[in-house]
This record gives sequence, structure tokens and C-alpha cells, in this order.
Amino acid sequence: MTDKLSVKFAGVDFKNPLIPASGAFGYGREFEHFYPLSTLGGISVKGTTGAKRNGNLPPRIAETPSGMLNSVGLQNPGIDHFIKIELPNLKTKDTVIVANIAGSTADEYREIAEKLDKTDVDMIEVNISCPNVKAGGAAFGVTCEGASQITKIVRAATSKPVMMKLSPNVTNIAEIAKAVEAEGADAVSLINTLLGMRIDIKTRRPILHNNVGGLSGPAVFPVAVRMVWQVANAVKIPVCGMGGISTWQDAVEMMMAGASTFQIGAALFADPMTPVKIIEGLEKYVQDNKLNNLQEIVGTVKPW
Amino acid sequence: MKYKQGNYLILSKKTLAKEIYDLTILCPEVAEVAKAGQFVNVKAEGFMLRRPISICSIDKEKGTLRIIFEVRGEGTKVMSQLSEGEMIDIVAPLGGRAFKLDQYETAVIIGGGIGNPPMLEVAKKFGEKGTVISGFRNAAAVILQEDFSATGAETILCTDDGSAGKKGFVTDALKEVLQTKKPDVIYACGPNVMLRRIVEIAKQNDIPCQVSLEERMGCGVGACLVCACRTIRNGEEYYAHVCKDGPVFNAEEVIFDD
Repeated sequence: MTDKLSVKFAGVDFKNPLIPASGAFGYGREFEHFYPLSTLGGISVKGTTGAKRNGNLPPRIAETPSGMLNSVGLQNPGIDHFIKIELPNLKTKDTVIVANIAGSTADEYREIAEKLDKTDVDMIEVNISCPNVKAGGAAFGVTCEGASQITKIVRAATSKPVMMKLSPNVTNIAEIAKAVEAEGADAVSLINTLLGMRIDIKTRRPILHNNVGGLSGPAVFPVAVRMVWQVANAVKIPVCGMGGISTWQDAVEMMMAGASTFQIGAALFADPMTPVKIIEGLEKYVQDNKLNNLQEIVGTVKPW
Repeated sequence: MKYKQGNYLILSKKTLAKEIYDLTILCPEVAEVAKAGQFVNVKAEGFMLRRPISICSIDKEKGTLRIIFEVRGEGTKVMSQLSEGEMIDIVAPLGGRAFKLDQYETAVIIGGGIGNPPMLEVAKKFGEKGTVISGFRNAAAVILQEDFSATGAETILCTDDGSAGKKGFVTDALKEVLQTKKPDVIYACGPNVMLRRIVEIAKQNDIPCQVSLEERMGCGVGACLVCACRTIRNGEEYYAHVCKDGPVFNAEEVIFDD
């Protein structure tokens, strides 16, 4: 392991730019069977709400060409459980811990952020883009006003670095990014899943019990690269890119588009070893290209 | 217990019935720790998600696992094209809760259709103290009867149309068996509608019952939370996850949908 992959992102030191995405990695316990969590740059934990949530009825997953739809609906044990049980365990793992939070109301975001502010979590990622819950969630993330409102509230509630997770289900994602930057966000992460639907043509029923769900996986990668590029060109705060990354080459592409860190989600299901393979690939890439640090490639795409 | 991801050699491949395949895989590190009721998550080349397949039989001495699956769609079709001598990419052994076998002496072991394979490893434990009831659509779909007999268990075969064994459902056979004996425990795997009726019968007869459930899965290890099933936990409804909290559940925990 070299420090040539290291990055200071929103004021936080990451040993490498790879972060398993919220919702794909639980609290890390399951993947610890495969490799030590210290392998990872950071972990974005399962989205946490104020109270525990049971989530949506199954089926919650549908496979799609080169991707998948999910409609988990933010099932989680609630912020108090996270702080008491999961966070102390995660803090022993020698990796950056990003708490991902979601609320149904502005007050819920504030309460969670205030509670986290008193912990030793490293960073807060604010989900204003979950497509699978009825109240709040994506509703805040699809307008500049809503995104600004939640950013302002969380910003006031904590001195931790705040990263706003943006929805791709908008007309102009760069405008939303600018709005959250103006309210003091330290970083943005994108893209959350794209709203999608599959129907079983025999039963005429949607495959997901929630009818619609979030599309992720390689199918969304080009959309994610395009949006990261647009956002990176519109804001000064750093960008964490995600959406369909499954190889080190994808990660390099995402970084060239303007992401200085990146997240991995659906690829973990196809192959739980994906993070290890990507990190090895990036180390070799840095060597082969005689880079001092991988960050040298961030935003280096040469548009026509 | 550690989950492992690896490429393992397929020692043999058989076709048991139309579109039902039987693979024996050399994977000593998995066989050593695998338990009855657990599953493996199989990579289907070209597909995003792995396919969870129950473990049919474990041979710790030979270091092998046997899995039996039915072609249900494009992914399992690709899996069915794997050949003897090729490698299969699996994550295993998965399933936080296997069948609890130790505290019981006698058992009725019930499989419906492609729910039969995981019951073989259970039947092996009970030998002559076990009664196996297998149900299938028709004679063409019948699998594993010789294997069940070889465990020493009494075997009862049922088909929906009566083309093999008794005509009728496994639940009819179960009721008949319970008229003459009361086993310490009932184990079952199969369609939810079948499980629901078995659970009712077990409850009426005051016999503990364990069921193995199925749900569409993502990660298979308990992180993504998609394979939810409705259960009662600490007096409250809780959406448990088949991969990690199961796939085996105590009957009284499960809420079966109407």
C-alpha cells in the first residue's frame, strides 16, 4: 500500500478514494468476512433516520440489463442505535466513517445532525435523494429551494464536514449543486439512483412491491459520469462520484470527470471483492503512469 | 464462520429432471464449515446479481458440496450451461441461520418441488428417525427419492396429479403421518402457500417447526437489506432478511401473507 492514493477530501484524510456506498454495505460487518475494513478509504454507512424504520414490503429488488432496481425504503435501526452500537465498532476499523442521514422532515435532519455532531463520526453525508420513501427524501433534493433548506439546517447543526448526496432525477443537477454549495456544504456526492420501474408481463404487476425503485449498476454509469462532470465544472467544493462503478477503469474515468473520491454500490453484489480489486488496479495505474498521487488525474478530461 | 468468494471446480454435473441440474463442487474450505439449510450465491456470467441456491448435501471428507437448481430464467439458464471440469464462482456458505438439528431425535422433513434439495442434508442427520415427505407437480418433476431413501428415512412421495406416489399435497401426507406418530420437530422448504399450511398443522399439533424461506436477493450477506420477509421479533413486526436472519426461521416468527 502506498500513500499515492491518499486524498484530503472536505478536510478529511482518506488513505484512498474508495468508499462503499450507503445502503450497499450495511455497517461493514458483513464484508469484514472478505477483507479488513481498513482496506477501504472510507465507509458510507446505511442511511440512518431519526427513528427506526422497517422499510418497504418485498420484493425490493429487480434485476435489469446491466443493473438493478431497489426499493428498500431506508430500513434502519435509527440514529440512537447507530451512535450507541454501530459507530463505536466502526471507529475501531481504521477507515473514515461517513454517516449517511435521511429525514422525512427538515426537523428530523436537524435532530440527527445535532446528535452526530457530538460523536466522533468523521463526516456526514446528507441523503436528499432517496427515491424510495414517501415523505421527505427525494422531495428535498429535486428543487434548489429544498436542497438549500436542508443544507442550511444541517450546516447549522454540526461542525462536521457535510456532504450533500444529490438526486439525478432533476433537470439540472449543476444548479442543485451550486445551491448546496452556497449554503455551506463541504462536498457533494452523486449520483443517487435513477427512478425506474419493471413490470412482470405475466402478472401485470410491477416487480417491486413499491412499484418504482432506484436504478443502479453499470447501466447508470454514463449518466453518472456526465453529471459528475457537469457538477465539477459548476462548483468549487469537491465531488464524490458514484453510479455504476465496478472496475478500476471506471474509477479512473469518474475521477477524470471531476470526482476526487468515489463510491461503489451495486458492484459489491456481483463481487464482494470489488473494492480490493479496484484499489489494486489503481495502485498499478499510479505506478504505470508515474503519478505522484492519483489526485493528479481529477478533472483532467479534455472536452472537445 | 467466514464467507468466502472463490472459483471452484465442478466435479460432476447431472440432469435430474427437465431443467433441473445437479452440480457437485470441490470446495473443501466451504464444505468444512457449511451447515444444513445454508446456501451459496452463484455468479451467472453476464448478469449483475448472483443466484442464491440452497446446499443440498455436504461431504466434509471429500470436501464437496452438492447444489441442485431449476432453470427459472435467463440467469439460471446460463448457470445450467456450466460443465463438468469448469469453474463456478460462488460466495459461500451463506445464511446466518441454518436448520437447528441437534436437540431433536425424530423429525418429519418436508420438501415441495425445488424446495426438496436442502432437505437432504437434514434427512442425513436423522436417518431412520426421519420421515421425508416430498411433493412435486407430476412424475416428470420428481427428484432425489433414491437419495432420501439412502439416508434410511421413511419416504413418502406425493404428486399434484397422482402420476407418481400419492395423489395430493404434502400437507395431506403430513396430516396422515401425524395420526400415528408425533415427531420432535418438522422441517420444511417449498412454496410459501405450502409452508403456511404446514406451519398451521404444526401449531395445531404443538410440534416445533422450522421453515426455509426464499426471497429475491441482492448481496446475499445481509448488507443490502432487499430480501425482506415479515416476521415478529420482540412482539413487534420486523422485516427480517432471508439471507442473514435466515434462510431458516422458526415457524412462529414468520408472518405469511394472505
